[in-house]
Amino acid sequence: MSGNSPMSSPDSSGHFGPYGGRFVPEALMAALDQLDAEFRTAQADPLFLAQLDHLNRTYTGRPSILTEAPRFAEHAGGARVLLKREDLNHTGSHKINNVLGQALLAKRMGKTRVIAETGAGQHGVATATAAALLGLDCVVYMGEDDTHRQSLNVARMRLLGAEVIPVTAGSRTLKDAINEAMRDWVTNVDSTHYLLGTVAGPAPFPEMVREFHRVIGDEARTQVLELTGRLPDAIAACVGGGSNAIGIFAAFLDDHDVELHGYEAAGDGIETGRHSASITGGSPGVLHGARTYVMQDENGQTVESHSISAGLDYPSVGPEHAFLHDTGRAAYHPITDTEAMDAFALLCRTEGIIPAIESAHALAGAIYLGKRLGPEGIILVNLSGRGDKDVDTAAKWFGIETVTP
Amino acid sequence: MSRLAAVFATARSENRAALIGYLPAGYPSVSGAVAAIKAMLANGVDAVEIGMPYSDPVMDGGTIQAAVEASLAAGCTVPDLIESVRATSDGAAILVMSYWNPIARYGVERFASDFAAAGGSGVITPDLTPEEAGPWIEATSGAGIDRVFLVAPSSTDTRLALVTSISSGFVYAASTMGVTGTRNQVSGAAQTLVARTRAVTDLPIAVGLGVSNAAQAAELAAFADGVIVGSAFVRLLLDAPDEAAGAAAVGRLAAELAEGVRAR
Repeated sequence: MSGNSPMSSPDSSGHFGPYGGRFVPEALMAALDQLDAEFRTAQADPLFLAQLDHLNRTYTGRPSILTEAPRFAEHAGGARVLLKREDLNHTGSHKINNVLGQALLAKRMGKTRVIAETGAGQHGVATATAAALLGLDCVVYMGEDDTHRQSLNVARMRLLGAEVIPVTAGSRTLKDAINEAMRDWVTNVDSTHYLLGTVAGPAPFPEMVREFHRVIGDEARTQVLELTGRLPDAIAACVGGGSNAIGIFAAFLDDHDVELHGYEAAGDGIETGRHSASITGGSPGVLHGARTYVMQDENGQTVESHSISAGLDYPSVGPEHAFLHDTGRAAYHPITDTEAMDAFALLCRTEGIIPAIESAHALAGAIYLGKRLGPEGIILVNLSGRGDKDVDTAAKWFGIETVTP
Repeated sequence: MSRLAAVFATARSENRAALIGYLPAGYPSVSGAVAAIKAMLANGVDAVEIGMPYSDPVMDGGTIQAAVEASLAAGCTVPDLIESVRATSDGAAILVMSYWNPIARYGVERFASDFAAAGGSGVITPDLTPEEAGPWIEATSGAGIDRVFLVAPSSTDTRLALVTSISSGFVYAASTMGVTGTRNQVSGAAQTLVARTRAVTDLPIAVGLGVSNAAQAAELAAFADGVIVGSAFVRLLLDAPDEAAGAAAVGRLAAELAEGVRAR
């Protein structure tokens, strides 16, 4: 542990308490060591930080704005609800923050090719975008089921020059896309950087991805102070792998009066088994290179996750979340498909903002928080992505005609 | 001397490499896998790795993925794996190859002791790094079984020393950067890796990944202490019309490879 917060850093071998670490083939260890060294060098290099800051401001559109949502808040106990608008970033979600950081690192390491996994397609689009910007070859692995439910994003990636490979193994979703990306990486590691899209995976990914998303929390903390004169009472973020949540939590870990709430996808309901709530409904295990909470059976086999939101449809979670859960610094709650879609509709109609279905899980959580905190409360919600990609799914859910008869 | 040490000592005394075969537990059925393993052992395979099927086999190519998916779909469990070891270990060196989570979930000490009680000789853990292996080292030492770790062409000299320092039985040298599966040519990286590994350990070194025929086995046997063949055996089971034909085909390939490791 280092730094001014006992929770702000993993130890030198990448552990957050008992979680994290590296459970990978030996063949990848050299690449992980190289990445770790490059990341630390870059973090101390003013030139790299200036380069990233420049892209954040002139390409992504940072700082992202803070929007107060008073009409939505009427349904949330009258508390003040503040939306951190990561949906307004270039490419439509928070994912671009991490992607630009890692793509710059890939260039520094002399890699000419990046590969990525994607579920909802947001990370794949962001990676394809950065690859186009920086002149890198790009291959994106996507579960075949996800290529159907997020076909718009498949087209976007191809327009940006990326090769999208549908993965037909296993459950054909995000977890299998990660498996396939790891197989590619171990085969092509000399030329290729694996641009992992969340705070999961072997060290240094969970720490590195957090640091590239920390900008969300750093900006929001300043913005909330400027707007309200004090820190928020609670922060709400959705958690699949957990990158947007870690990014906004990171700036508030030492503010012990600020409650941190992560909302997992409960799908049809935890009791049905058809969900993606790894902390609420899983147990400690190892998946994709880290020890963390995993949805698994009694034989240690990963079980399939389910969620209306492709971006949360993942049977594990970043190891730092596992640690924040065990220590009680953050609380994790399940939100069903129905609760998320109700909040989705509410934000559309009260504020004129169509959120990503992932982010709608955080909005549903904010409604519960607001009812508890009341009119004196201030809630900061990470609106991690926009809902353009979800229009078909939402139209089906609400029975809306998308073609004029 | 452990049973694995004896396997390599015998091979060395016969001026040949040891032949190690791989098949996953539970494919085409638990009993079908046992029959195929027995066919290997009856036809010159010196030691067998029984794979524990796992839902997320990131080190495996399409052939082994297909077999373990079918095995899992049919319900293969860790107790099935242990029973497969028990059914084949009489007088034979049987290893298990398992990704870490099934072992962790079953219980590290419990797995080591149940495996030892079933007559198992050693366990290969392809995604357990030395850095995370503390409890496993303790459990395998307590149970008296060998623990086999992998080295790769990308391993630095420091890592070769680290990995071999906690290995026993033999060291598994991955011949190439990539996943399991047959390849037309044996990678040139294998010989370099074996030489670099020999510089830091006295343990026998077995080479795996990509070997499918007698000529390749002979090529590797010229510089390695052991030759590991997996996907080529699994492919025969996948393509077989029935279990008996699969086991027979596995036996024939074993005999061919056994000649290869003697042609160094």
